[in-house]
Amino acid sequence: MSAMREDEEGGQPLLSLRCVVKTFSNRVTGVGGVDLALRDGDFLTLLGPSGCGKSTVLRMIAGLLSPTAGSLDWRQGMPDIGFVFQEPTLLPWASVFDNVWLPLRLRGVSRGHAGPAVAQALELVRLSGFEAAVPRELSGGMKMRVSIARALATKPRLLLMDEPFAALDEINRFRLNGDLLDLWREQSLTVVFVTHSVFESVFLSSRIAVMTGRPGRIHREIAVDAPFPRDEAFRTSPPYAALCRDVSHVLGEAMNAAAGDARVRA
Amino acid sequence: MSAPDGGAGLDAEAAAHVRAARLERVGRWLLPVAIMLVAIWLWDRVCVWNAIPRYILPRPGAVLDTLVADWPLLFSSLLVTLKITFLGLVLAVVGGVGLAVLFAQSKWVEMSFFPFAIVLQVTPIVAVFPLINIYVDNQTAKLLLCAWIVAFFPILSNTTLGLNSVDRNLTDLFRLNGASRWQELRLLRLPAAMPYFLGGLRIAGGLSLIGAVVAEFVAGAAGQQSGLASRIVEAGYRLNAPRLFAALLLISFAGIVIFLVLTLVSHLLLRRWHESAMRADG
Repeated sequence: MSAMREDEEGGQPLLSLRCVVKTFSNRVTGVGGVDLALRDGDFLTLLGPSGCGKSTVLRMIAGLLSPTAGSLDWRQGMPDIGFVFQEPTLLPWASVFDNVWLPLRLRGVSRGHAGPAVAQALELVRLSGFEAAVPRELSGGMKMRVSIARALATKPRLLLMDEPFAALDEINRFRLNGDLLDLWREQSLTVVFVTHSVFESVFLSSRIAVMTGRPGRIHREIAVDAPFPRDEAFRTSPPYAALCRDVSHVLGEAMNAAAGDARVRA
Repeated sequence: MSAPDGGAGLDAEAAAHVRAARLERVGRWLLPVAIMLVAIWLWDRVCVWNAIPRYILPRPGAVLDTLVADWPLLFSSLLVTLKITFLGLVLAVVGGVGLAVLFAQSKWVEMSFFPFAIVLQVTPIVAVFPLINIYVDNQTAKLLLCAWIVAFFPILSNTTLGLNSVDRNLTDLFRLNGASRWQELRLLRLPAAMPYFLGGLRIAGGLSLIGAVVAEFVAGAAGQQSGLASRIVEAGYRLNAPRLFAALLLISFAGIVIFLVLTLVSHLLLRRWHESAMRADG
């Protein structure tokens, strides 16, 4: 099962979730007992169908929601967190520069002092030169890049991403997948990524937690042992196909188990 | 702007589309102007054909003559009315936005006080005015109070709506970054409420003029400080129909100018980012 194996190779433990439960005010249990260990340098994906509570887990990690029961244990204190939403969620009236500056501005960094950090964040997402544009002048993929740059502006150690590429076309999604992996490696980030796409999860992750819904639980954790760096060629390689088949299988198993649970309870 | 490359690359359907668009651009201005001219001409003819005396219905030319002849009198009255309108609008903006910001701070404040704002709005100002007349001495203050009561509500209700319709993810983002209440208000809520506020402002501009005129009607003239409403009442007593029409013309004109100016302000402020201010392409 999902016992915590903290002695396993990898970075220092960063966060442990123990039996985390979240019940909403309408008495629906969104998350029913999640155990999860996050280590420095992980690229952990929460994979599951819509409504399985994966976004709720992510929001609890971010501190936007507090768990009803169980504990979140930050092993080295809560780090600086960057959060990327499903939508770009930019300020539509503000320029690209001002949008990326925002998290720094909220921390009291003046426009002048933020300049280098903003420029660097925009360079990381390859949007240098677009500082003066407003969001509506950008394409969907570019808006998402701005959103990622904004999350990176404070140089966070931990990046939380809630289905960030779900609304993009496939070409843009593939490109941003590749860019994200580069960022993860170059900036030595720890990433928790939420998606419902098996293919995306296998391409990106070092570890996948497959979740089932109602109430949300982690069915199984799968280590994706394909080596990094992964490029576009990896997408068509036999190991990738095999991994996708395995993960799909586990996901199907998880959903069957959940359906069985529901029948038993009914 | 002419059609690109003379229609060479356009098929019949696209060419028809371009023609229709061009026609619409011209028609948008030409049609109302043409109808206005026809109506004025008909007005003039009706006066002549029926030999209507000028104290009942003056011919358009007579109105224009009066407008020129009485210009010093009417213009000073227009300035008085505009002053009340403008000050009333400024107070409405200050009061409406101020209250909306207060309401946005807490659901409880909003729940407690919003009903009173509605009461103030739905009670006809003409019915309230006698009370104001008793309690307020200063003529300008009376009129301002009226203009304010009539004009502040659309600003209050629109701005309140705007302050509360912020994208939830953006509020989360501000929370994640430890934003203070003040930062959230200044950097998120107020800019997000801008389109709503400006919509309310456009309505309030017209209402403020109406408030100023109605208040003066019920308050009665006060010598040198008479606005256009007093001129109309006075002209009505004296059966001076041409001046009555001239004053009316000025009020309408003032209303149109206020609306156009506020529309322009709104467009300039929003054109870079808000859907409402964008030109539809293609």
